[in-house]
Amino acid sequence: MSRDGGSMWRDALLMAGKDLRVERRSRVTLNQVAPFALLVLMLFAFALDPDRDVLARAAAGLFWVAVLLSSLLAVQRSAGLETADGLPDALRLSGLDPAGIFLGKALAVAAQLILLELLLGAGVVVLYGVDIHGVATLAATGLAATAGLAAAGTLYGVLAGGLRVRETLLPLLLLPVVAPVLIAATRASEAALTGVQLDVSPGDWLSLLAVFAVIYIAFGVAAYGSLLEEL
Amino acid sequence: MEETRRSTGSALTFSLGLAALVSVVATVALGLALPSTVEQSDFSRLIAIHPGVAWASYVAFGVTALAGALWLWPRTRRTDWDLLAGASAEVGVVFTGLTLATGSIWGRASWGVWWAWDARLTLSALMFTLLLGYCALRRVPGDPDAVARRSAITGLLAVLVVPVNHFAVEWWRTLHQGRSLLQDIPGNDVDGKFIFAMTLGFVAMTLVYAWLVVHRLRIARLEAGIDADDLDAAIEARRREAVPA
Repeated sequence: MSRDGGSMWRDALLMAGKDLRVERRSRVTLNQVAPFALLVLMLFAFALDPDRDVLARAAAGLFWVAVLLSSLLAVQRSAGLETADGLPDALRLSGLDPAGIFLGKALAVAAQLILLELLLGAGVVVLYGVDIHGVATLAATGLAATAGLAAAGTLYGVLAGGLRVRETLLPLLLLPVVAPVLIAATRASEAALTGVQLDVSPGDWLSLLAVFAVIYIAFGVAAYGSLLEEL
Repeated sequence: MEETRRSTGSALTFSLGLAALVSVVATVALGLALPSTVEQSDFSRLIAIHPGVAWASYVAFGVTALAGALWLWPRTRRTDWDLLAGASAEVGVVFTGLTLATGSIWGRASWGVWWAWDARLTLSALMFTLLLGYCALRRVPGDPDAVARRSAITGLLAVLVVPVNHFAVEWWRTLHQGRSLLQDIPGNDVDGKFIFAMTLGFVAMTLVYAWLVVHRLRIARLEAGIDADDLDAAIEARRREAVPA
């Protein structure tokens, strides 16, 4: 098995293409996760009363909680694709670079999360009556947070993937770990969504998101192969 | 049975237990002897316990990650490292829980609320859930090597995310709350007696942590031994069935 960088990225694209093709044919994210995400937005509105002021003020946090909950489903789905019907053996025998498998699966999750975020963004604007002030900040926050969520999710997905209790264990393992993503992404997008200026600039929050993403991508590239053996 | 018990306990574990007991009694006595302060009345005496407990929870977290890393590193791989990581995490849950409980009581006395979304509190709560997740993962049955690998990687990831969490909640707090909690946390103007009680608390809690971990480790080893003995006995029984008497 050649382990040079070129093959890693080639394998990553192969894997991402495979996962996205599965999604195109099964439409699980589109038909199940996306409606769920919108439902979460509606539930927040029920919980906080249809008071537009409160909803608009809390929009950034509610948006990212909805993203976080949907990402749990997306990660479960992504990990579930590889654990059924003896697929772990097939994956190990495929000769693909484990780091490439990790990056590919994370890329596929990230692509789906970005679509979900666009949908949720539209939902927040329409349902919560939010005006968007800074598209560039929002885009940068979305990309950085998505990279972190997808990397951490994919890593914990394979960690819990082979276990019979994975549905209940994964949220417990993943949510405290992605807490900084929720905090940082909320604060970074708050200014862009509410127009309020904060003491800590969005740039600092963005760098925290970037640090998180880098840690998890690096750890995933290093550890995925060893975790794949246990799947 | 008597034999097994003798094989894990030693003069060292006994003296460790004795030292832990003596230091805890001394800390409690000294803590109760502290004068009550104007601002916090009797609750200021928590300074003897709370910082030490919090310190022990950090130690537990660090030891879990370090032992996991030593297990992952092929040259230092020994089952004991994995068992130590598990023992330390379980004791860590106790100490993190105690940190939250004693902190909450102190918070109620000095700030009037059981909980504030302060950086340290939030970080401790996140650490508590990280440790709970780690222990839940360890309890999922499976091949010992697989369990050890999963746990070691989870422990390392959890400890890696602690600094990131730290920055997140630290910055987040400065935006969220105007209240300065730091004036209630031991600062420069703390009396020497308080400092001494706090330092003794650190020593006592570290000893208690070590004693608990040693004993949890002893139990874990015995459990591992039982599993191995059961397997050997089962194999032996099958062999006897196969060979005609």
